[in-house]
Amino acid sequence: MTNEPNRLIKGATGDWEVVVGLEVHAQVTSKAKLFSGASTAFGGEPNAHVSLVDAAMPGMLPVINVECVRQAVRTGLGLKAEINKRSSFDRKNYFYPDLPQGYQISQYKSPVVGEGEIQVDLTPEYSIKVGVERLHLEQDAGKSLHDQSPTQSFVDLNRSGVALMEIVSKPDMRSADEAKAYVTKLRTILRYIGSCDGDMEKGNLRADVNVSVRKPGAPLGTRCEIKNVNSIRFIGQAIEVEARRQIGIIEDGGVIEQETRLYDASKGETRSMRSKEEAHDYRYFPDPDLLPLEFTDDFVEELRAHLPELPDEKKARFIGDYGLSGYDAMVLTAERETASFFEHAALYGGVQRDAKAVANWIMGDLSAAANANGVGVGEAGVSAAQLAGLVDLIGEGVISGKIAKDVLALLLAEEKGSDPRALVSARGLVQVNDTGAIEAAVDAVIAANVEKAEQAKGKPGMLGWFVGQVMKQTGGKANPQSVNEALKRKLGLP
Amino acid sequence: MTDPTSLTLAQARDALRAKTLSSVELTRAYLDNIGKAKGLNAYVEVTADKALQMAAASDAKFARGEGGPLEGVALGIKDLYATEGVHTQACSHILDGFKPQYESTVTAHLWRDGAVMLGKLNMDEFAMGSSNETSYYGPVASPWLPPNWDGARAKAALPGDKKGLLTPGGSSGGSAAAVAARLCVAATASDTGGSIRQPAAFTGIVGIKPTYGRCSRYGMVAFASSLDQAGPLARDMRDAAIMLTSMAGHDPKDSTCYDAPVPNYEAAVGRSVKGMTIGIPREYRLDGMPAEIEALWRQGAEWLKAAGAKVVDVSLPHTRHALPAYYIVAPAEASSNLARYDGVRYGLREDGGDIIGLYERTRARGFGAEVRRRLMIGTYVLSAGYYDAYYVRAQKIRTLIKRDFETVFAEGVDAILTPATPSPAFGIGEKGSADPVEMYLNDVFTVTVNMAGLPGLVAPAGLSSAGLPMGLQLIGRPFDEETLFSIGAALEQSAPKLAMPDAWWA
Repeated sequence: MTNEPNRLIKGATGDWEVVVGLEVHAQVTSKAKLFSGASTAFGGEPNAHVSLVDAAMPGMLPVINVECVRQAVRTGLGLKAEINKRSSFDRKNYFYPDLPQGYQISQYKSPVVGEGEIQVDLTPEYSIKVGVERLHLEQDAGKSLHDQSPTQSFVDLNRSGVALMEIVSKPDMRSADEAKAYVTKLRTILRYIGSCDGDMEKGNLRADVNVSVRKPGAPLGTRCEIKNVNSIRFIGQAIEVEARRQIGIIEDGGVIEQETRLYDASKGETRSMRSKEEAHDYRYFPDPDLLPLEFTDDFVEELRAHLPELPDEKKARFIGDYGLSGYDAMVLTAERETASFFEHAALYGGVQRDAKAVANWIMGDLSAAANANGVGVGEAGVSAAQLAGLVDLIGEGVISGKIAKDVLALLLAEEKGSDPRALVSARGLVQVNDTGAIEAAVDAVIAANVEKAEQAKGKPGMLGWFVGQVMKQTGGKANPQSVNEALKRKLGLP
Repeated sequence: MTDPTSLTLAQARDALRAKTLSSVELTRAYLDNIGKAKGLNAYVEVTADKALQMAAASDAKFARGEGGPLEGVALGIKDLYATEGVHTQACSHILDGFKPQYESTVTAHLWRDGAVMLGKLNMDEFAMGSSNETSYYGPVASPWLPPNWDGARAKAALPGDKKGLLTPGGSSGGSAAAVAARLCVAATASDTGGSIRQPAAFTGIVGIKPTYGRCSRYGMVAFASSLDQAGPLARDMRDAAIMLTSMAGHDPKDSTCYDAPVPNYEAAVGRSVKGMTIGIPREYRLDGMPAEIEALWRQGAEWLKAAGAKVVDVSLPHTRHALPAYYIVAPAEASSNLARYDGVRYGLREDGGDIIGLYERTRARGFGAEVRRRLMIGTYVLSAGYYDAYYVRAQKIRTLIKRDFETVFAEGVDAILTPATPSPAFGIGEKGSADPVEMYLNDVFTVTVNMAGLPGLVAPAGLSSAGLPMGLQLIGRPFDEETLFSIGAALEQSAPKLAMPDAWWA
């Protein structure tokens, strides 16, 4: 790997290395919960999506939702991980009001997915491999509401029993940036597969962050687990703050106690939640209400056959097929929808156009417009067909790049849905290639600025100013290359 | 006219179909009996209005020439089964006031087939007990008189603590007492370690715990999920077979429920046992076992031999580990299954300042002593550092017990004959107050069957020298309940018919 960044943290006693492992909880995209038929719809009145099973009524039994299992297996395949043909569910026992059964059904001993690996690109030239330890299915808990009454807490069980995939990484990350990039990449893969929407604002993707520090080359230090961090930015902040805290303690002669901590984003600090001594004894044991999950090879192969193209493959293909740079391919494949929009535009009408130009428009003006509205590139207001048309108009010399920007702005606003070619001709934006007209404009500009024309002979950098004047005169429609040539000739520049 | 409550299920069914008896008449007769038997404490809730409505609906069906296999038959339901809108507390204080919005699959099957519900039957709290003494609603008295007691003395003991009266066994004590005392045609029961079979033996009736998975557990208040199984208590073999045929069947709401058609078990009653091989396991011969139990067992083998079966000695070498292993596995599962009774969503809530206080007070007051003991045992054996020593070893023993049976059945044995209990019924207040293990030992012959997931049937086989019923147990191959009914019927044919006690309590 080239350009490996320096990941060490400077302390008073020298350099420190931070070691990070993540447990990502990803809500499985499915209509119904993991063990009940209740809806998984977000929002809704509290306790509107609660079945008898979710409320742990006496005598109620869990029944596995096969769609959630399929999603977990598909995800495992996407992570190039081992699919365990036999896995089982265990009970994790603890009391909490938003855990109606008094236990969470999880996969402790034998998870549905075993070891895998994710390639994480930090820059187009530098990437790391992060090992996946396991992926297992488990139930989400409900939500305790402490702010509704001065004397009571309320419980909303809408989330209770919703399927989560817990994806456990190996402690393979060495900086906050690496951890952020890992979560970003994992989120991309999940969204490609469609097994989790990755919506962190709704809590559909959140992480427990394990952090320890050590002197480079030393054995692993004692780790602290920061629970339930719910944005990529906060994951980065929490790691940095926690690493600093641990280094400070060790350098002051202290020792790190293994504990569970919380990240307080408003104060920018982590706080102890419970120590190792206070840790729960979860009394895991196999759930006798559920049979083990057993798959045939056909079941797994069928899912593999219908897996979409994954980001790494797509990126490689974009570089190979379209001649894109590593950076462009990385940006365009970060979201499946963006990649698809790119390909549609690049190949619109069955002809391959200037893919680099298409990429630039998507990554430039179109992304800016999309971001301003908080939507994806595909929803920004311009279709792949329109973008293809725009790029073609530039390629054919019908409009200049500058005019194209104006055309795009029109397409995004008052000319929504218009055909770019028709728009250009209706608005008279067609580029002037008529040499006579351009020369006349050049002559006029030189005539009006005789002194400057003289100076330009000794200072060729002034050419740009003249180009600007000519373009102004022609309403921006003159072919810039022709203007350049004519000016150089008439000003006597090389 | 004969007393309709003296009819067996099969007889009542036939009389109803022949319209020589109406379901309303039958139901009223049982409601009368129940009204006179309050002192036995078999019912914790009598649903008289509902029963009469259901009976009238059955009569209307008969009038139209319709009717299911159990049409118009009046049943008692163990309080462990969820019955929609009706008292369902597994006889625990912690489920105070709980009336489910749903129906258990087993009871739904009974109503589908036309049965009438008389009410909910007493039981040990959460099915944890062998004498019905752990019920929040108090003990049930067996209709059998204690040795040397007369009816007047027994009746006088009913209103008090019932000390000295006999227990009907447990946990399905209310079900067994109700069947034996003619307070229902038949009853549902459940069996985690012997809770159908021991009460059947104590009260001189028939009970079967079918193979694990034969009946759905959906809507049964869970005790130990890997051991719990529904089953009937009934007056004779045919009645038990008719009941099980309705109760059993696949249910997608229980992942551990067996997906295969239910045979007509009644057809197996009366089938010849000629040529069948009956195993006698030597490990069930316990030191200090009463001679009359041993003699009864030998007698049972002779009867089957006389009916044409071959009797062979077999070995189930891990039997002695079954009871200790059971008392690890069952409490472990219970400690988790009963965690949901926390005072947050339903049932009893005892406020305690904060949430921890609420949990502690609700559970300390809501659970009785025996349930608390088992929850603590279960929590202990699952704890870090003890899990491998207890739970994991118990599961290994379970595998060995299962293998013992598999080996015997693979050798061509069709069923295994054992005593049902180490003794006839004991008195209320007599056992377990100082040493709970004394009570646990009641299950010594029955828990192996739950541990192995096999079907077990208990048939009444005779009276002890003190005049108390004694039963024999038949253990069968997985899902081969039919063979058990055939052999059970052969035992029933040979054994002296027990005269059920007169209604001294009325």
